[in-house]
Amino acid sequence: MAKGDLETVGADAPAGGYVQLLTPDGDRVERVTGPDGTEYSVDFTDAEYRTLYRDLVTVRRLDAEATALQRQGELGIWASLLGQEAAQVGAGRAMRPQDMAFPTYREHGVLYTRGIDPIMPFGLFRGVNQGGWDPQEYKFNQYTIVIGAQTLHATGYAMGITMDGKTGSADGEAVIAFFGDGATSQGDVNEAFVWSGVYHAPIVFFCQNNQYAISEPLERQTRIPLYRRSSGFGFPGVRVDGNDVLATFAVTRAALDNARQGQGPTLIEAYTYRMGAHTSSDDPTRYRIASEVESWKVKDPISRLKAFLEKQQVGDAAFFAEVDEQAKAEAIALRERVLELQDPDPVTMFDHVYPHGSPEVDAQREAFQRYQATFEGSAH
Amino acid sequence: MSRIKEFTLPDLGEGLTEGEILAWLVKVGDTVELNQPIVEVETAKAAVEIPAKWAGQITRIFHEAGTVVEVGAPIVAIDTDPSAGPVEPAPSAASLAAVEVAPAEGMVEPGMIGGPAPGGRTAVLVGYGPRTTTAKRRPRRTDGGTPPASAPPAAAAAAPPVAPSAPPAPVPAPPATNGDGPVLAKPPVRKLARDLGVDLATLTGSGPHGSITRADVERAVAVPEPVAAAPAAATVAAPIFDASREQRVPVKGVRKLTAQNMSASAFTAPHVTEFVTVDVTRGMKVLDKLREHREWRDVKVSPLLLAARAVVLAVTRHPMVNSTWAGDEIVVKEYVNLGIAAATQRGLIVPNIKDAGRLSLRELAEALNALVATARSGKTPPADMSGGTLSITNVGVFGIDTGTPILPPGETAILCLGAIRPTPWVHKGKIRIRQVTTLGLSFDHRIVDGELGSRFLADVAAFMADPEGCALTWG
Repeated sequence: MAKGDLETVGADAPAGGYVQLLTPDGDRVERVTGPDGTEYSVDFTDAEYRTLYRDLVTVRRLDAEATALQRQGELGIWASLLGQEAAQVGAGRAMRPQDMAFPTYREHGVLYTRGIDPIMPFGLFRGVNQGGWDPQEYKFNQYTIVIGAQTLHATGYAMGITMDGKTGSADGEAVIAFFGDGATSQGDVNEAFVWSGVYHAPIVFFCQNNQYAISEPLERQTRIPLYRRSSGFGFPGVRVDGNDVLATFAVTRAALDNARQGQGPTLIEAYTYRMGAHTSSDDPTRYRIASEVESWKVKDPISRLKAFLEKQQVGDAAFFAEVDEQAKAEAIALRERVLELQDPDPVTMFDHVYPHGSPEVDAQREAFQRYQATFEGSAH
Repeated sequence: MSRIKEFTLPDLGEGLTEGEILAWLVKVGDTVELNQPIVEVETAKAAVEIPAKWAGQITRIFHEAGTVVEVGAPIVAIDTDPSAGPVEPAPSAASLAAVEVAPAEGMVEPGMIGGPAPGGRTAVLVGYGPRTTTAKRRPRRTDGGTPPASAPPAAAAAAPPVAPSAPPAPVPAPPATNGDGPVLAKPPVRKLARDLGVDLATLTGSGPHGSITRADVERAVAVPEPVAAAPAAATVAAPIFDASREQRVPVKGVRKLTAQNMSASAFTAPHVTEFVTVDVTRGMKVLDKLREHREWRDVKVSPLLLAARAVVLAVTRHPMVNSTWAGDEIVVKEYVNLGIAAATQRGLIVPNIKDAGRLSLRELAEALNALVATARSGKTPPADMSGGTLSITNVGVFGIDTGTPILPPGETAILCLGAIRPTPWVHKGKIRIRQVTTLGLSFDHRIVDGELGSRFLADVAAFMADPEGCALTWG
């Protein structure tokens, strides 16, 4: 066992171990001590356990609806979170209201657990707007398509709140930046590590290692487990079972608390698996073997929590059925609202080029309006 | 809104223009739920299932499986309120669409997004689309609209639609006259040339500006260079054993998994292999009888079926061979998930027939045929590849007599079926030409002793030699 490794928890842990508080069979591990002595555990009420279950089921159901909408021609593209629900719900629920999130384009589960209307990113995927919203209003930055770019934005933001004096107490602010295993090979992410390490920025780097960067497997990204990358940048790293919502919650909460109290950054590697395609334009059967996918099915984040709730008699058949019904109702409502998202007037594309307009853009807008007027049909 | 809704093929993957209908999962008259998968479509990017956009009854399927359909064409019609009785079919969206499609006007400049690009492809947001398309757009106003004086040139004349002005066809340029200049070729072509060991400098390009195309490289490999008469006194050059004559094949996918599985199995389970040579003439006659039987007319019957049946029946007599080593205990399975090793384009896979012991002979034959066909087409679902308990590998199809197979991880026995050949054989005291084969059985010696392995293999052989007799006596 290498220095800094966790004692392997569960038969399914990768070499080096990870923090796991709920086994794939739904058995609780009371507490796990990390390599630096941090103790990870959770103490949820029955109602909180049920909320986590509801979150997981709902975000999966909404995601399935979005996938169907893409196949039906109603979305241009969709990036499914299937398989990564626990990592996202655990991280999202660990955040406090004052914490700021910097997502990729796949963080639908984090978005949902922040209490944000799930319709918000659909304008982007339907191609009817640019995916713009007020990051400060939601404490949730815009979906970032450029791989890893948001880690630098997050680092800058984290350095900023330090300068504003908003960290250094138990109620301070913290920042969490989401990215995937592929992004760890990006220059931006490594630069973000350097700056955060050197400036002791109040940030949590939350890497969802879903094993594939589109088609590139993890072994083409790294020779060492990703969570150990941080040691070279001078801050701690920890690996958590990303299919275990309890462990993900515990580890993220501890890392965010460290950040808000001025203890600097942490890298979290949430070890998980993308059960579906990278996006709706991708066909994973061309680069993954079926038996590998099968082997991850038994680690499903929802079935293990369900098994736990059943064993603890926290949830019964009526509860599970009610959650499914409620998730389905939310999905159908979401579908109907997505179908109502109208195409924008093409001329509005000139509206957000400069905050106060410009003569050059105004001239282009007028020329474009004249051109549009030469066509038959509706106003635009 | 009409009760009958037509679903048109969407662009399933960022700039695709067509898709091939692989299979319909529903037929006309079927009732479907919202989001129920109805059709499999393969595009240039992926094979996907399309879920129903509306609940209702399928009233029309526009294209059979195997058809390539353009994006935007209707593929299926759904009656969203079938309980309300029959309706007149609505006009097809295709006919409506035809009115709306105006000829391409070549408005977009070459190289711009949506415009023609070199090679006859269309520039999309990232890279290039799969093939040439003509942009479908609303027609120009025929009443002249209100084109202001400063309107862009293309809008000035309210002319009737003009013939599509095709993007400028790439004019074949004269062969490169680069002299000593760099050889023109795109990176994938350079890689292909390097992989095939072709020196680009020796080729004459037929592409634009004399660039070397993929076809040029392939042609260079296909036609051997004329061999110049060797000088009489020349000595034969010593063979060169360097990297230029070695190929490096990345280990990934099925190859990688196969390697891991085989190494793991070979070095954990102590393998023993036994052989038996057996006269299967009577078994082959039984298969012939099946082939001639009316009820079996549509079912392919092969020696593999006989072997599969022999294995599942012999397991009932020796359950211990159908088990798994689980460290401190042996898990004996009361069901046989029968694995069949299949060579596919992706490599070796071993899908299995679930609970094969419960199938009738006819069901077993159908399951075998379906399994092999699915494996060959590369569509074996993941569930079919897990949970195998005992396997058969049929090297006989390659004309091989027998082998010493390695156990799939977690299994305790694997039968190797060899080629069946007419062979001189002592039959009833005389030498006769008989149909003879050799069976091999590898087993995990931690679980199966020589005695058990021998008895199991002997039973398999006995059944293949005399299926009818064994079927009667083993009851």
